[in-house]
Amino acid sequence: MTEIQMGGTGTALINILFLGILFVVALAIARLRSLFAIVMLSGVYSLVSAAWYILVDAVDVGFTEAAVGAGMSTAVLLGAMLLTARTAKPEKPFSRIGPFVVCLAAGIMLIYATIDLPALGDPNSPANAGVGLTYLQINWHDTGVPNVVTSVLASYRGFDTLGETAVVFTAGLAVALLLGFGERSLAETLRNAPKPGARPAPARKDGEAS
Amino acid sequence: MKGDHHMILRVIAKCLIPLIVIYGFYVQFHGEVGAGGAFQAGIVLAVALILNALVFGLTPTMRAVPPWLARSVAAVGVLIYAGVGVWAMLMGGQYLEYQALFGEPPGGHDGQHAGIILVELGVLCAVSGAMTTIFYALAGRVAEIRDEDW
Repeated sequence: MTEIQMGGTGTALINILFLGILFVVALAIARLRSLFAIVMLSGVYSLVSAAWYILVDAVDVGFTEAAVGAGMSTAVLLGAMLLTARTAKPEKPFSRIGPFVVCLAAGIMLIYATIDLPALGDPNSPANAGVGLTYLQINWHDTGVPNVVTSVLASYRGFDTLGETAVVFTAGLAVALLLGFGERSLAETLRNAPKPGARPAPARKDGEAS
Repeated sequence: MKGDHHMILRVIAKCLIPLIVIYGFYVQFHGEVGAGGAFQAGIVLAVALILNALVFGLTPTMRAVPPWLARSVAAVGVLIYAGVGVWAMLMGGQYLEYQALFGEPPGGHDGQHAGIILVELGVLCAVSGAMTTIFYALAGRVAEIRDEDW
């Protein structure tokens, strides 16, 4: 993603702006000690990177980042934050020289590796010339689905997606097995307040999840 | 409802949650022609539920969508997905070969459409159920979110 071919100077400027915001937010996350602010800023980080993904034409990735990174992770981290202290422990200065050197070396190696990457939107890049091009050519005849992303995800690679779905299910199951299903709190609250809640939840919620 | 704490939050959330749910279903059913799909739709639906739990409290939310329902929905989603594959096998095709669902010749697209819609329905159920289960597991460990924790 080092070269911007498609847009002009304006797109390049917006790119630099987004990446600069990401850099500043990451710095702020690294320096802050309040967990609430860190959780919120990580949501901001996801949202800005989602906008940037859309700028480089990865609409589906951006959408997923906005939904998962900014929405779901923030909510789950908020829930996890309530289980622990509100602030991180302060660290001694200069105790992080070793990790800093490792990060710097890894960053330099990654930047060096990007020199070999094909430019954004390069028609001769492996992603655009190989099987991706074949999908674009045969998709309409094969499936009749306009969105190639959907047909690749659900039809051509249906078995992979089955695996992904099973992974998501297993992740939920593992968390629930480790932490409990959350029913203890429900039972406790129901026992303390036998009268139904002051605010009855909307009935449509039942249909929504099923 | 105690006092008027978070009144603005409650009113806005009450307006937003139905919109979020509608948007989730839009993403789900529009995935064939636009960006997004069942994974994102499942997350959006779960987030609507989580917003409800954060603003209106965990107990009413758990009463509306009990934890057993959430985890059953997740399991049923995976079963729907796997079941489409078995259906294709019963019709004489290979596992998850949507072309075989209705025994169509090549070029017919009904099986593909039906297969993709069913599979995405399974993914929607699995993702929204699993995410809700994860949230319940985390949030169920504290009784309620106290005011000073906001």
